Amino acid sequence: MITDIGTVMWKEAKSLFRYRGSRTRGLLTLLVPVAVVAIWFPLQMGTDWVEDWVSLFSVVAPMVMVMITVPDSFAGERERHTLETLLASRLPDRTIFLGKLLVAVCLGFGMTVLVLILGLVIVNAAHWQGQLALYPAKIFFVDLGVALVVSLLVASAGVLLSLRAPTVQEAQQTLALVVMLPPFVLAFALFFFRDQISNWLGGTNVIHVILVVAGLLLALAVVLLLAAMRRFKRNRLILA
Amino acid sequence: MSQTAILTDNLTRTFGQIRAVDGLSLEVPAGIIFGFLGPNASGKTTTIGLLLGLLEPTEGKAEVLGYDVRTHSDEIRARAGALLEHAGVYEQLTAEDNLEFYARVWRMPAGDRRARIKELLSHMGLWERRGERVAKWSRGMKQKLALARALLHRPPLVFLDEPTAGLDVVSANALRDDLVGLVSHEGVTVFLTTHNMSEAEKLCQQVAVIRQGKLMTVGDPDDLRTRAGSPRVDIVGGPFGQSVLDAIRTRPEVSSAEAEDRRLTIYLTQQMDTAPLVNLLVGAGVQVEEVRKGKASLEEVFLTLMEEER
Repeated sequence: MITDIGTVMWKEAKSLFRYRGSRTRGLLTLLVPVAVVAIWFPLQMGTDWVEDWVSLFSVVAPMVMVMITVPDSFAGERERHTLETLLASRLPDRTIFLGKLLVAVCLGFGMTVLVLILGLVIVNAAHWQGQLALYPAKIFFVDLGVALVVSLLVASAGVLLSLRAPTVQEAQQTLALVVMLPPFVLAFALFFFRDQISNWLGGTNVIHVILVVAGLLLALAVVLLLAAMRRFKRNRLILA
Repeated sequence: MSQTAILTDNLTRTFGQIRAVDGLSLEVPAGIIFGFLGPNASGKTTTIGLLLGLLEPTEGKAEVLGYDVRTHSDEIRARAGALLEHAGVYEQLTAEDNLEFYARVWRMPAGDRRARIKELLSHMGLWERRGERVAKWSRGMKQKLALARALLHRPPLVFLDEPTAGLDVVSANALRDDLVGLVSHEGVTVFLTTHNMSEAEKLCQQVAVIRQGKLMTVGDPDDLRTRAGSPRVDIVGGPFGQSVLDAIRTRPEVSSAEAEDRRLTIYLTQQMDTAPLVNLLVGAGVQVEEVRKGKASLEEVFLTLMEEER
């Protein structure tokens, strides 16, 4: 099964970097969210980007990435009429599902790492304070953990929506609505009402709040993942 | 391998009130090209879906390569190749990557898959263009690539769903030639759906005709033509006056006769020696230039079957 998942991932990765036929366009699609989150945010926030929890904004990058790749991978395969042939092969349903999903999740996670590293470089270059600013270990690992959970959550929601949407465009638009609204509201609230929120949270340990939220998101991600896996069956896909 | 590649018994699939496949009982011997003919929306593609285990039968049963489609569809898909309604090639990938992916899917060893990809692409005349993205290719080339993909893992059985549909005459002929060459070289059983009768006539050793999900007839194309259409004699020459036509029509073995310009077509009640008819014509002063015994074409057989059901 691992070999087969690897095979699907190999194809997905190849297709992704040839997104809509152009390698340049494919790379731009991948790099634009990185540029916004890894350059603009750190430039605006300075050392807070590194020393405070604001680097959690880096999860926007994997969200955007997964929102683009998952509908293209699932709804796109059906729209381009390549899904039937894939389903007529020896690959089990679960292998195809996991191969496609893992590429998106890995890409989202990899993008978070890239954003965090690039953000670190930007902060140190633009806001040098005499010594190298580094992420505290707990912030770095929580960022990575949350990115993984968010990638999985968006990917699972994306699969469910893609299996119902007739086109890639519709799947992407619906997913964007469902996924981007809550974090954008949160991000802007944190950006503009940071002090008020800090006061409101009072003595609550921020890491506890983050871990509770991440735990809830993980539970939701698992539920959506199981639902998507249940839905991704040959019989149902051929009829779709 | 078993002598029977596909065996179905009362195979039925409904979608709501529609019986897409209705009580299909069929036996496809191994090692032949089997034509599955029918008009659009007659149930051909649904039948392939059922035989590949992509759809579950509502009733009845089917075995493909000795495996039950309900319980062992994985085994069937592991052994069959398929070129479905759409070519299903990844347009953003190169031709070589398309085949490389499916070779990995079939778990072909690295050395073997490279050799096999080269063999098939060379046979199809596509080897020199293996590094091009498929999106730039013509429909005919994509179909050829899809055929190569279906045969890549040397399956004993291949399903081809209207492989030449939408191709120009030259591309369709080229694809047919490739198909015949590869099938005879590799000894595979081919389950070919088409509504192109001349294609079926050229390629298939056996054909079945399906309409509205029901099997109308099955057999050797030659037998079907003999069974379905009355034998006839085409005579080129003339003149074919009314007295000549009347004389011909009075013969007991003649069911009807029609003359048009310098061609006389005589429809017979049974196969017979044409010499007495030719003698009669010569005796009546007709200059006979050419005599040809004919059967109904497969297309005529098909149309007759379609008419009978209306």
